[in-house]
Amino acid sequence: MQVLEPGIVFWILAVVILVSGFLVVTLRNMFHCALCLILCLFAVAGIYVLLEAEFLAAAQVLIYVGAVAILIVFTVMLTTDLASESLIQHNENATIAFVVCALFAIGVPYLITKTGVWMPAKGELISDNVGSIGKYLMTDFMLPFEVVSVLLLAALIGAIVLARKERS
Amino acid sequence: MFYYLALAAALFAIGLFGVLTRRNVIGILMSLELMFNAANINFVAFNKYIATDALVGQMFAIFIVVVAAAEAVVGLAIVLLIYRNWRGIGMDNVNVMKW
Repeated sequence: MQVLEPGIVFWILAVVILVSGFLVVTLRNMFHCALCLILCLFAVAGIYVLLEAEFLAAAQVLIYVGAVAILIVFTVMLTTDLASESLIQHNENATIAFVVCALFAIGVPYLITKTGVWMPAKGELISDNVGSIGKYLMTDFMLPFEVVSVLLLAALIGAIVLARKERS
Repeated sequence: MFYYLALAAALFAIGLFGVLTRRNVIGILMSLELMFNAANINFVAFNKYIATDALVGQMFAIFIVVVAAAEAVVGLAIVLLIYRNWRGIGMDNVNVMKW
């Protein structure tokens, strides 16, 4: 397949993503893990900007960095014994899991290079990103849009019911 | 485009490693978020380079972000519940559903 050389910005973002992602799964202090996760999600938003998905980059920063990561930080702080360094955070599968994941990380790009030629599109991506997404949400994706609102309501009520203190 | 796919594969492998090896529930949830992001990078990269006539890949990625947020909310509520019942969130303690 065709290989286009990306710019220096991509390499910086890729290094940030991979290093912070690796720290997320290896650090012992869960609070530091959450901070590394925030950095990683920011860098992924940068990748979206490189790929001309501006609305998705903004949504990533708002939803992931603004909501999900803060939620994770709160949970880490509420479950206090996690933040201690002395806890062993990995189970006995670590070695074999590392081998499997390394094979995955090497094997998938190898297979991608072997798949032959993908036809790259002729035209450019639609330039009016936000406007087009708004049109899609109100026409082609009307049903998923409404279903997702029901899903969010269900998640909201479910979280409140689960985390509520039982009165005895 | 190959570089984007390789980056997504590496990020997915890191998330898989975290899911397989973490001992506590919050670590597993964070690794899951990494895997969601790897899938999203793939969707947006294919949208940019292969299927440029519509923004379907980006729409799919947006819905993935929303569903992942809902999943994180419910998952973290369950984590709080586990912590309250077992006084700890190690996965080794939580084996009441094991047959």
